[in-house]
This record gives sequence, C-alpha cells and structure tokens, in this order.
Amino acid sequence: MAFVDSEVSDGTQADQDALSVKIVVAGGFGVGKTTFVGAVSEIEPLRTEALMTEASTNVDDLSMLPEKRTTTVAMDFGRITLADDLVLYLFGTPGQNRFWFMWDDITRGAIGAVVLVDTRRLADCFGAIDYVEQRGIPFVVALNAFNGIQEHDVEDVRDALQVGPEVPFVVTDARERESVKVVLVTLVEHAMSLIQQG
Amino acid sequence: MAAPDGRRVRPYLATRGRTRPVQDIAIEALVSTTKDGRTRGADPEPERERILRLCHSPRSVAEVAAIVSTPLGVARVLVADLETEGLVRVADPHAAFAGSTEPARNLSVLERVRDGLRRL
Repeated sequence: MAFVDSEVSDGTQADQDALSVKIVVAGGFGVGKTTFVGAVSEIEPLRTEALMTEASTNVDDLSMLPEKRTTTVAMDFGRITLADDLVLYLFGTPGQNRFWFMWDDITRGAIGAVVLVDTRRLADCFGAIDYVEQRGIPFVVALNAFNGIQEHDVEDVRDALQVGPEVPFVVTDARERESVKVVLVTLVEHAMSLIQQG
Repeated sequence: MAAPDGRRVRPYLATRGRTRPVQDIAIEALVSTTKDGRTRGADPEPERERILRLCHSPRSVAEVAAIVSTPLGVARVLVADLETEGLVRVADPHAAFAGSTEPARNLSVLERVRDGLRRL
C-alpha cells in the first residue's frame, strides 16, 4: 500500500508532517456515495461509526435518563495520497438526513462537497443542498448517470433543485474512476474560484 | 450548553490533562507514533497498542477508529491520551494553519490538490 512513510524521520519533527485535507461526498441514501469514494480511493472504503449520545446530547443530561439509548451513525470514507506530504480524504455523509450533527464534524475544514444526485429521486438531495448552502460550503452537483442523462436535462435539474448558475453541475458515473476525478477537479477549481472572487 | 453566538457547544469529555477538547481533533487529522511510542514496550491496553502499531505510518483519526473498530469518539479520546503522553503526534490540519488561512481556503494547497487529482 503506497502511503506516506514517516520512517525516514525520528517521528518528532512537526515540519515533516503531511497535510491532510478532505472533500465531503453528500447525497441521499443509496445514491452511490460509497461507490463514488471507492472509484478513486487507494484503499477499500472504510467505515467509521459514531454514537449518537457521544456527539449530540449533553452528557450530564443523558446520565440522568434511566436508560441510555445510543444510535450508531456510520459513514464511509476513502483516502488518496496526492504527494509525499499531501493526503486527501473523501468522507461520505450518513445516508439518513436526521444525523445532521455528524455533518458538522465531517464538513468542518473541508475543501467542499460533492452533492451526488439520482435524478429519479431528486428530493433525496434537498437536505444536503440546504445544508451546504446555509453554511457556505463550496459545492458541485454531480448527477449520477444510472440511466443516461441527456445534456439538456441538466438545466432542468438545476431548475428543479433551485440551485444558482454559479454552482457547477456535472454528469458522472460514480463507478468510473476518470469520471469521479473530473467531478473532484471541478469541485477544487470551483473552491479556488470562490476564493479568488473573495 | 450554548455559546454566546448561539451555537451549540459540544460537551467536553473527561480531559485528564489534555491540552484541548477531544472533539476539536479533526477526523482527518493525521496521527503518527513518536519515537517514544515506538521504542517503549507493548501497551497493556490492546486498543492503545493497536493504535501505536498502526500509526507507524500516519493515519487519520477516522482510519484509526475504523481499523481499531472503535466509535469515532472513543478513538479521539484514545488518540488524545496517547498524544498527552507523548506517544503519538497529531498533525491537525486546522491547528497547523492557526493564524493563517486554513488549508481548505489556501490557494496553493488547493492547486496542489487539483494537480494531484489530475495526475491520478
């Protein structure tokens, strides 16, 4: 497995630390987020879990409840080593939109978000778009072409989602590495242009 | 618990002398075992020992949680404790850019990410 190796140093010099950055892959349940991540990740997508009680509820309040209930929230993620000192992580958001607390953790400090959309189930991505818009997170909309989307349909989808013309829309196939790369590059360039515009 | 600006503040877990609340450690922060962590004997706690071995090559907090099979919050506590004891170093991308632009808003970082993606 190719990855940053710290063996060359004694492991104490902070200036030799690699920088890690992340991109969020959002969208409704079953839209293909993990497939998208897996198409470019150098590792099989990993799954990490958070317990609802540890992140969303005041611990003191909880301890007074007769029964502590915990819900497990899972998210899948992958890794791309871009250079010796630069690692990109792709984090999929939990499919169920009620786990918004988890999104704060995932999106904090992210380059931006890919909102993956299945045009047959447009409403599934409304929550994700609302979230990233409200927080000013740079995002692109990627239409996962399960069923062959025509180019002229894209503007119809933009209208349906009520997303402004400044947001890039890309038709993608989440199974295809090259296609996923295009989406990620589009997002990074969009984030760059937002910075350049101030 | 609400901050003055109205945002919810995450509860601090027991800090045990840590320098920061564990929830502040980014999920993508890279954890690497220090020389001390490599050279001392096996840790009696299996999960801590697994983290010390795993992070001979830097791994994100999220990877630590996934590979050691602990919930994210537990992994953060374990990593934060190991950091306090000097056994791992945590390269937090946000802390590294404290006082300057965070990496996700830094043009030269984004250029490198874009170019790296194109080369894949």
